[in-house]
Amino acid sequence: MSELKYTVKDFKSENEVRWCPGCGDYAIMNGIQRVMAEMGVDHKDYAVISGIGCSSRFPYYMSTYGFHTIHGRATAVASGVKCANPSLNVWVITGDGDAMAIGGNHFIHLVRRNINLNVIVFNNKIYGLTKGQYSPTTDRGFKTKTSPYGTIEDSFVPGQLVIGAGGSFYARTIDTNLKMSQEVYQAAALHQGTSIVEVLQNCVIFNNGVHEQITDPAFRQERQLMLRHGEPMLFGEDNRKGLIFEKGKLKVVTIGENGVTLDNILVHDAEDPDPGLHLALINMKLPAFPVAFGVIRSVKAPVYDQEMELQIAGVKKNSKITCMDDLLRSGNTWEVKENGFEPGPEGCPGRSAIL
Amino acid sequence: MKETKVIELDEVAIRFSGDSGDGMQLTGTLFSDASALLGNDIATFPDYPAEIRAPQGTVGGVSGFQVQFGKKEINTPGDFAHVLVAMNPAAVKANAKFMKPGGTIIYDEDTFDEKHFQKAGFTTNDPFAELNLIDYTKIGVPVTSMTQESLKDMGLDNKSILRSKNMFALGLVCWMFDRPLDYIEEYIHAKFSRKPLVVESNLRVLHAGYNYGMNLQHMTPQYVVHPARIEPGLYRNINGNQATAWGLLAAAEKSDRPLFAGSYPITPATEILQVLAERKDLGAKTFQAEDEIAGITTALGASFAGHLAVTTTSGPGFALKSEAIGLAVMAELPLVVVNVQRGGPSTGLPTKTEQSDLLQALYGRNGESPAVVLAASTPSDCFWFAFMAAKIALERMVPVILLTDGFLGNGSEPWKVPSMAELPEITPRIALNREEYQPYRRDPKTYARFWAWPGMEGFAHRIGGLEKNISGNVSHDPDNHQKNCEIREAKVQKVVDLVPDLEVCGDPEGDLLLVSWGGTFGHTINTVRELRKKGKKVSLAHFNYIKPLPANTAEVFSKFKKILVCEINLGQFVAYLRDKVPGMAYYQYNKVKGLPFTVQELEEAVIKHLEA
Repeated sequence: MSELKYTVKDFKSENEVRWCPGCGDYAIMNGIQRVMAEMGVDHKDYAVISGIGCSSRFPYYMSTYGFHTIHGRATAVASGVKCANPSLNVWVITGDGDAMAIGGNHFIHLVRRNINLNVIVFNNKIYGLTKGQYSPTTDRGFKTKTSPYGTIEDSFVPGQLVIGAGGSFYARTIDTNLKMSQEVYQAAALHQGTSIVEVLQNCVIFNNGVHEQITDPAFRQERQLMLRHGEPMLFGEDNRKGLIFEKGKLKVVTIGENGVTLDNILVHDAEDPDPGLHLALINMKLPAFPVAFGVIRSVKAPVYDQEMELQIAGVKKNSKITCMDDLLRSGNTWEVKENGFEPGPEGCPGRSAIL
Repeated sequence: MKETKVIELDEVAIRFSGDSGDGMQLTGTLFSDASALLGNDIATFPDYPAEIRAPQGTVGGVSGFQVQFGKKEINTPGDFAHVLVAMNPAAVKANAKFMKPGGTIIYDEDTFDEKHFQKAGFTTNDPFAELNLIDYTKIGVPVTSMTQESLKDMGLDNKSILRSKNMFALGLVCWMFDRPLDYIEEYIHAKFSRKPLVVESNLRVLHAGYNYGMNLQHMTPQYVVHPARIEPGLYRNINGNQATAWGLLAAAEKSDRPLFAGSYPITPATEILQVLAERKDLGAKTFQAEDEIAGITTALGASFAGHLAVTTTSGPGFALKSEAIGLAVMAELPLVVVNVQRGGPSTGLPTKTEQSDLLQALYGRNGESPAVVLAASTPSDCFWFAFMAAKIALERMVPVILLTDGFLGNGSEPWKVPSMAELPEITPRIALNREEYQPYRRDPKTYARFWAWPGMEGFAHRIGGLEKNISGNVSHDPDNHQKNCEIREAKVQKVVDLVPDLEVCGDPEGDLLLVSWGGTFGHTINTVRELRKKGKKVSLAHFNYIKPLPANTAEVFSKFKKILVCEINLGQFVAYLRDKVPGMAYYQYNKVKGLPFTVQELEEAVIKHLEA
């Protein structure tokens, strides 16, 4: 195959992009287009499938094959696309309402099956397209148009659902961090199986600053833990802080204090099949802990769409039935000989004459 | 020994009935297959409860299987059974109403005790008197004890022994109707090839039943039913669900588009998914989804990716798929949706038949959302209409809804096996011209767009559920929306050129035209034939194409004084006809009991309208 070299421009459609000025979606799309251009995948083999919500307009702004489907079902539609043709490179664009609320069932079952799809969950903790109602990821007590006195329910943590459903890949990133985002999108695209990428995305109109505590540049080093497979879990100014495991729990320590050295710090193993530590990392939240970013989990597991092909190939090899005529004549059949047959009473034919 | 009474009959209906766990469905199926192999035409109707194992011995737990076979063309399983095989008193109670007056009841006399009478809700020790079954031939047979006796030296526990009771009944009935046992023996050998003990016990009991009939022939009359005169050719027995699955597979092969079925288990449609799942050798992809919505949306994804996509369901599941059918209408993707109708609304009567999803199929979506609607009329022609549904979907880029029902899906009949060469070609509308390609550029004759899927070089495009313009881009232009609504409807109406003209059984004009659609065909054609024999000026027009209607519908209707529309709902098709073919003298006959029509009640309905 010849070297496939594209630029970001090759992935932009002629359509005017209509997200609000300053919307986090712009940066996410830019990052994904960049990754697509560099993957060496033929342009014709990309398909972008979305549900309903602001982010789900995404396919219209791409020059690839695209399908803007119905609310919550993008993961299911994409499952069909990928199972039909596993050689395609399929991306699902969805949001916290689309994937966690109305599409929650499809989301967990997609993860459970491990179909080789790349799912980008734009999490802005709000319904933007319907103008500001709380979503399943909205924090308890948060006031929105449909929770004027604050919500009285706890939120989903998308990574917990991934772990709970036996997921093979989960990463978290921030819309504005282009470098990290691109690394994560690329890792997701290369992973064999369902790759879930949660992007903390800012809705400038209805939930501006929702992730500000995490993203504030003044505290970024203190509040964000960048995970890389094989590297120690360090954060803070000059990477002086780190994570250790103590009494069955994660704990923040400072190197050089209380006898802690770099050797004590946990080293990130994204490929560990045991999800215990991955879940603990996913659960970390401010202020006691930094928030974990990067590829948190990436493990090998059987891939549904590939298994489907293998099973079909295996059965085909051993079956005596190779075409419909074989099937129609298989099993219990009998021959009816000439017997004076007449097709029903005159003027009122039987069923064979009607067809 | 008295001489055996031999009775020659043109057709006989037998109803096997017992507890859900008594194996009555298998007994009935084996007897039917053996009869078909002998050259009888047959029609079967399994009638079983929704509960897998309701309490033993109760009326609610009775499972039945009716088969009619004969030396002439058989179109229905029979209104009423000539012979009832009842494994306990509850079976007699549940089925007495399905018997021909003066019929024969063969019952397991070992179960006719106080305990069983109570369970079945009898208040006396004479169930036959209580049910007023006075003039019937009642033959008590010690089925349970004879089964135990014939297996006493095999070292089996009582539970395993009782499991073979159905074979005793089967053997006895085979003797009565002069069916050789070889087909059934072969079946038992094949089915339990790894369990020689089970083979041995079943065969012993089967023969014990047969010999019991022969030895006590003074009690049981023997019936002779000669082979039917049917069209020569290769035959097999097939039920509607299997025929539907095979029709879809045939369409995939004919169109050279791989089959993808996204479905969720639901009674009585599940078997279609099961049959397709067995056909990996033909490359069929089946996806058992997490719910009905994922069933249809995975299928739509596969359609977007260039497959022949189908989803199979029944009423409640069909309701859940409504929004996604709308997406198929809007995106103009080929899709076959099979609805094996059952009693509704809501969970309704899951194991019983009904035709009450017609209006849901036609109108049950938001917006102006036209889809093609077809209905199969017999178990075996589900094959043909599933094939046609796929052909229309692929050639016209439109979702097609195929309505069958529980009666067709579970019922079976002999089917003259077609060869693939006999089936019409299917030419999917695959895009060829890159330069001119726009996703919603239409064929000027059919209004169908062209199909291109990911992986095809030079055709990349975007589609979706939002209203769009010719390039697939979102459009909120008011005139564009009106135009698109009209063209989507017109596209469905254009399918009429694939729809054969409506044929009339009987004279092309007369006093009354009986109109039916879908799974009632067997009963309505028999009704019309019977009435014509009696000199009535009655004809039949049976519909398989509901939307669009055959082009000559109004012309056919206009020749009759009265149009009597008979359907298993409260009048859905007649309402549609009043709207689409106005100005006719419509009358209706409706039944919603979860049961098929009987020819008798249809005859009475027609005569009432003729005399009115």
